[in-house]
Amino acid sequence: MDGIVGLMHGFSVALEPHNLMWCFVGVMVGNLVGVLPGMGVLSSISILLPLTFSMQPVAALLMLSGIYYGAQYGGAICSILLNLPCHPPHAVTCLDGYPMTKQGRGGVALGITMLAAMIGAAFGIGQMIFLAPYIASIAFKFGPQEICSLMLLGLLAGSTLAKGSPIKGVSMTLFGILLSLVGTDINTGNERFTFGFLELSDGLELVAVSLGLFGIAEFLKSVNAVNPTGAKAVKLGFRDLRPQKDDLRRALPPILRGTIIGSLCSLIPGTGPTIASFIAYAAEKKLSKTPERFGHGAIEGVAAPEASTHSAVQGDFIPTMSLGIPGDAVMALLLGALMIHGIQPGPRLIVEQPDIFWGLIASFWIGNLILVFLNVPMIGVWVKLLSVPYRFLYPTALFFVCIGVYAARNEMFDVAATLGFGAFGYLLLQLGFEPAPILLGFVLGPRLEENFRRSVLLSRGSLETFIDRPISAFFLAACVVLLLAQVVAAVRKARAPIRVPETAFE
Amino acid sequence: MTRFARNRDYYAGALMALIGAGAIVEGWSYGIGGLSSMGSGFFPVMLGIGLVILGAAMALMHSSAPAGHATGAPDWRGAVAIIAAVLLFIMMADGVGLAPAIFACVFVAALGTRGTSLREAALLALAVSVFGVLLFSVGLKVPFPILRGVIY
Repeated sequence: MDGIVGLMHGFSVALEPHNLMWCFVGVMVGNLVGVLPGMGVLSSISILLPLTFSMQPVAALLMLSGIYYGAQYGGAICSILLNLPCHPPHAVTCLDGYPMTKQGRGGVALGITMLAAMIGAAFGIGQMIFLAPYIASIAFKFGPQEICSLMLLGLLAGSTLAKGSPIKGVSMTLFGILLSLVGTDINTGNERFTFGFLELSDGLELVAVSLGLFGIAEFLKSVNAVNPTGAKAVKLGFRDLRPQKDDLRRALPPILRGTIIGSLCSLIPGTGPTIASFIAYAAEKKLSKTPERFGHGAIEGVAAPEASTHSAVQGDFIPTMSLGIPGDAVMALLLGALMIHGIQPGPRLIVEQPDIFWGLIASFWIGNLILVFLNVPMIGVWVKLLSVPYRFLYPTALFFVCIGVYAARNEMFDVAATLGFGAFGYLLLQLGFEPAPILLGFVLGPRLEENFRRSVLLSRGSLETFIDRPISAFFLAACVVLLLAQVVAAVRKARAPIRVPETAFE
Repeated sequence: MTRFARNRDYYAGALMALIGAGAIVEGWSYGIGGLSSMGSGFFPVMLGIGLVILGAAMALMHSSAPAGHATGAPDWRGAVAIIAAVLLFIMMADGVGLAPAIFACVFVAALGTRGTSLREAALLALAVSVFGVLLFSVGLKVPFPILRGVIY
């Protein structure tokens, strides 16, 4: 029953006024970012990251995580009322959510979404309480070889299972690792890829990379392109959210199924909330006796994907916290934040930093509760915010990017680097790359090199050490299976060139 | 579809191969050593080789109707405004002061959108400047003068 004890401890940490305040700030900002069309979770977390440097690590992590799950609440509002898939996990919610709005049942859709969010998140958090310490206890025994193979698996899954071409995804990961090598090599003291810039000898700044790729590059892509016509504000009040008995009866089984799908998806590295929501939607449509209702305002089509998103969002934290291996770019950023605070991620985190782990879990409960209270009675306020036009948002955000990057270490060079990454990121987008895996590679790169070196040093230069050890061999085998599955999928696609409906939303 | 979009995967492959080749050349100069005593260049060279291979694969497997999101043609007005806004911030924040730097940055960036009037841009820039100075200079003590020579 370590879980219960830990959780009690977690609540005592998370309920400290200071931590509670930052948790509130985090979910509030997250909800805001989710509602505002054109603002992303990654860029918001990066902008606020420098501000957390002076905070305690617990408060910093609670706040930054709050942005992530808070944005999921706001994103649903945006999808259902405006038909704008501003947050990828909620793209599929548009399909039935927006028709419901057109039928005047947008409030009901939002009400069901809140219910689905609560159930999904509660399950995801519960799963984390029981699974994360267990996974960490296994990972305790890992040597550098296992860590290395596991990282390889995580990176491969993260870059091939996400959206876009797998080859491009893997190349982005490699590029990210390459970026992480910039600076002084800790093993030999040599400077690598600094090209004479003194500012680079400590490596590239995480904030500069992520705000370039996900901040400025996104602005370059969205300026004059984000549709301003969606600004028809729907008037909604607290009462409109209340679902009918019939709606509840229809929505409950899909919510439960969606929750399970989401929690399973979160356990596979690389399949985050977005994929979970698509699978949940597809499953509901297949199971339904009346699949023709989907796409015309079926409440099941809102309930299932929303539940799975929220359950996957919470589950996403499991590999990050128990193994130190992030499943997607957001988690990579949070891990990077922990490392900036001098906390080594990995299986020891739960034991050595119980405040962080259990405090985070407790803050999930509190944060989700705050979010429901923020959203249900105040839905009218959030709906009004939907009409803030993008043309006023991005100039403001751009300034926050500049000052945020500068404040990270009072270095104007980093702002210039951010601009460079922004332009380069935009080029990558134009060439059909998905830059998110860069962040994965960037955060894991140094540890990958370190553990690879150590493994090979221990084995006196033999690569066989990676297959001689059974657990490591298992991870490598999983990598091979993953690659083969990709090849099979590619061959199948080449034979039957059907457009996957999902691409229509990205 | 434009010619650029049709040949997109060729350009993408070439870019990755180029970066990979750069990593190999630069990494080689750091000394790669052997497996039992790895030099600083070992890892970069491996990554470079990987990137070259993936770049070649991208070009070989190119499809003329590439999947994935279609990013529209670049919006030059927006791009110039955003890049200029950041450059202005870099040049002005320390030398001229935080307040004018914020104003210039937000004002120029806002003009990137077609249909935003000078007045709207100026009002937005003014509002963000006031807020920004209060938050960052007064609140968080970012080491810039608010207006060099006048207000510190």
